[in-house]
Amino acid sequence: MTRDEAKALADRVLALAKGVDQARVNISSSWSGNTRFADASISTSGGITDVTVEVTVTIGRRRASASTNVLDDASLRRTVDLAAQLARLSPDDPELMPELGPQQHVIVNAYIEDTANLTPAARAGAVRRTIDGAGGGQIFSAGFLDASAIAVAVATSNGLFAFHRTTDVGLSMTARTPDGTGSGWASAGSRDWGKIDPAAIGRAAARKAESSRNPQAIDARPMTAILEPQATNDLVPLLAGALSARAADEGRSAFSKPGGGTRIGEKVMDERVTLFSDPADPDLLAMPFDVEGFPLRRTVWIEKGVLRNLSYTRFWAQRQKVPPTGTNTYDGRSNVLGGGLKMTGGTKTTDELIAGCERGVLVTHFFYIRSLEPRTVLFTGLTRDGAFLIEKGKVVGPLKNFRWNESPLLMLNRLEDIGRPEAVAAGRHMPALRIRDFNFTSLSDAV
Amino acid sequence: MKTPNRREFIKTTAATAAALASGRLHSQPAAQTITAPSADPLVLELANEALNAARSGGASYADVRVGRYRRQTIQTRERQVTSVADDESYGIGVRTLVDGCWGFAATSTMTRAGVQNAAREAVTLSRAAKTVQRRPIELAPSTPAVGTWMTPIQRDPIEVPLEEKIALLLRANEAALKVRNVRFANSGLQLLREVKTLLTSEGTNVTQTFIRVGPYFSATAIATGDFQEYEEELAPRGQGWEYVESLDMPGNAERWASIAAEKLSAKSVEAGQYDLILEPTNLWLTIHESIGHPTELDRAIGQEANYAGTSFVAPPEKAIGKLKYGPAFMNIQADRTQANSLSRVAWDDEGVPADQWLVVENGMFKDYQTTREQAKWIQHLTGVARSHGCSFAESWNAVQFQRMPNISLLPGERDITVDDIVAATDRGILIRNTGSWSIDNQRYNFQFSGQSYHEVRNGKIVGMLRDVAYQSNTPIFWNSMDMIGGKSSYWMGGAFNDGKGEPAQINSVSHGCPPCRFRNVTILNTGQKS
Repeated sequence: MTRDEAKALADRVLALAKGVDQARVNISSSWSGNTRFADASISTSGGITDVTVEVTVTIGRRRASASTNVLDDASLRRTVDLAAQLARLSPDDPELMPELGPQQHVIVNAYIEDTANLTPAARAGAVRRTIDGAGGGQIFSAGFLDASAIAVAVATSNGLFAFHRTTDVGLSMTARTPDGTGSGWASAGSRDWGKIDPAAIGRAAARKAESSRNPQAIDARPMTAILEPQATNDLVPLLAGALSARAADEGRSAFSKPGGGTRIGEKVMDERVTLFSDPADPDLLAMPFDVEGFPLRRTVWIEKGVLRNLSYTRFWAQRQKVPPTGTNTYDGRSNVLGGGLKMTGGTKTTDELIAGCERGVLVTHFFYIRSLEPRTVLFTGLTRDGAFLIEKGKVVGPLKNFRWNESPLLMLNRLEDIGRPEAVAAGRHMPALRIRDFNFTSLSDAV
Repeated sequence: MKTPNRREFIKTTAATAAALASGRLHSQPAAQTITAPSADPLVLELANEALNAARSGGASYADVRVGRYRRQTIQTRERQVTSVADDESYGIGVRTLVDGCWGFAATSTMTRAGVQNAAREAVTLSRAAKTVQRRPIELAPSTPAVGTWMTPIQRDPIEVPLEEKIALLLRANEAALKVRNVRFANSGLQLLREVKTLLTSEGTNVTQTFIRVGPYFSATAIATGDFQEYEEELAPRGQGWEYVESLDMPGNAERWASIAAEKLSAKSVEAGQYDLILEPTNLWLTIHESIGHPTELDRAIGQEANYAGTSFVAPPEKAIGKLKYGPAFMNIQADRTQANSLSRVAWDDEGVPADQWLVVENGMFKDYQTTREQAKWIQHLTGVARSHGCSFAESWNAVQFQRMPNISLLPGERDITVDDIVAATDRGILIRNTGSWSIDNQRYNFQFSGQSYHEVRNGKIVGMLRDVAYQSNTPIFWNSMDMIGGKSSYWMGGAFNDGKGEPAQINSVSHGCPPCRFRNVTILNTGQKS
């Protein structure tokens, strides 16, 4: 969907909503093409197109939303009428903020034609190269290639119109050795298909699988851990859930100050850590506005270990007399901060972090992470697809997987070293980390 | 096992009636007062158009699903409504088999040209897949099905006036806020109406209407430098509004909120080995993770290796009839006919009639969850030629694949209650409701928590605990079960959002069980501070 097509559709819907006090239209037009494989065969593949229109109607201080993907006039009218009816039936919202008027949004060019044009035949060819990279079927291979092209628009009856197009592609593969004792994984994600090398992903997954065969069991206890950038990406973004300013002000967050207020301005982790969102950062290229059309700009959450900002909705920002940062969004996995996420602070490679480690555990990535204790941002989860023992700066052999109970906040206070950030997924740049006393709690028999 | 045909299914829910007769379930099917709607003529026209386009493109088999989904969500906090949303999604998904390869395409462009394009795209995807395939797909036989079905309900939750729903939630919050130290209360409703028409090139033509409701309530108590939340286990169900009313959220919320306040002064648990008494409100999720997922056949043979993981219940030839899952009184039943459950259907997304079968019988692993593609893989081991009817797609825009049916632990023969189990326990912890949950990629090592924890000493509950999680290994855990409740203590929990597959899809599934006791389970203290 082009900008003009989105504008025309938004105008059609806003015209239907003339009778209400305020209206907002959120449009999402998407194409996705995916190819999944297992045992060196494509198991499923799909091509999906959809356009969704959500209408949010405000009458006085009452607000409600309705959405549809049926775009004829009758359906759009019915959807607008339904939103209006639901709004009328809702009680007054004491926290209601007016819809936004025109805003200045940064322009982010995140739409890459090569990604948007990834055909079924091209995807099948890429899967073939991935499997061949892993040795062509000698090893059990399973993986997924998923490309999407999405256009998003927000328009309000107060004159706002925002439009953004993005592409996103990810390729991952798990390799398992025929004896069932080794498993490896590798992945890459980008806005640009041209930056992904399928054969290299296959090779990396197979190499990990082979080197993780016949793992050794060592006691689970707090030990130094080196998290590869993908493992860091599994943990550090979980801080987003704790970065809600409102929860902190209400006394129910790890960033609540005992006795009231927030911990903004306090040193909350190692001084080498900086964590920020910035839609225009060339490594992130994220959506430059939130669901309300509020412009997202560079927001530094942690600067050299100090908590600099929390996530303020427009309502909470007004109440606390600070500038809003925009609304968090849900990406299907977790509550995430708008504008991508990048962690900086170091320049070393993962190998250099390993070389500086006397004894520790190298972690490929994590699995099944769930919250345990919000007061300390404590989570539980497991290592997966390759855990390795490091001794005297070298990887000396594979280890059985561990369960751990650890907090991204607490562990960043036990930072021994930090690598340089690398692309781990579209909109995410994360470094490798070396953490002291990472809290491994039990062994897992899983391979 | 006898398979109910449509007529029997609608009249008597035959399989459930058989289970009732055997004393294995005690939930009664609700009276059906709303008649199952037939397919919209336009839907049938477009579905046939897509089928014809798939066939003329070279598909040896094709199925077409048209779905119209209506989802309403209401969220509240304290004395205000934080969101009211009503979402509609309508479209078509076409799956084709060409030269033994799957292709799938979906579109919301519901015109003749739109659905023809989707069918052609599916055929193109099938042909592309042929270049990376070791062996062709073969489908187990299934008699074409024709008919309609609807979740038996008395009142459609979508049609209940919004004011009534909001009033119920705000009354619950108000009751909760009466409790000392309880400063926050959240409640909500997720309501779903899903109309799905399936046509296959083999002659299946079925239209089903599913109704599901998911209520939510939690309260947060605050003290200086501390906060504790309690979430009540309000199981989502495949039922109408009458189920939400039966929970009496306004009448119970004060009691639920008082548990959050009580947690503030609960004693932090001493880590160690304890006998564990799990109420059904906690155990259902442990069943889901440690029995439901590992007995999915696609995991066992590696098809989920890159995402959800594989299974310790593998390979099939070493597991079926050979793996001792638990004690001899342990029977696990898979059941897509169970009254009020979330995965209840008349036919699955391949048109296979709903089935009921034992996954674990007398403690031994017996059979997996299967689709038509998978049934042949283990037919020589199970003697079962048919699919167990586990094909499901979350929406018209997602390809169907093997998803979990309701998987339940059948109650014991003696009518033991949770009080009887407490009375028989010297040193233990009783856990209610679900909290945190996590399990490894082969379903061995798991760790779960709850919402309230109660110390048991010498046959009595002596106080509340906090910071509790239990950690174990699936075969060790289930083989440590030594007491099981009877049918009067059976209760069915469930989840709206079970994830699996790439792209990830959610599935709604219920799990019933009685309270049970497990010996010498590792208890962790989760109150880590640095």
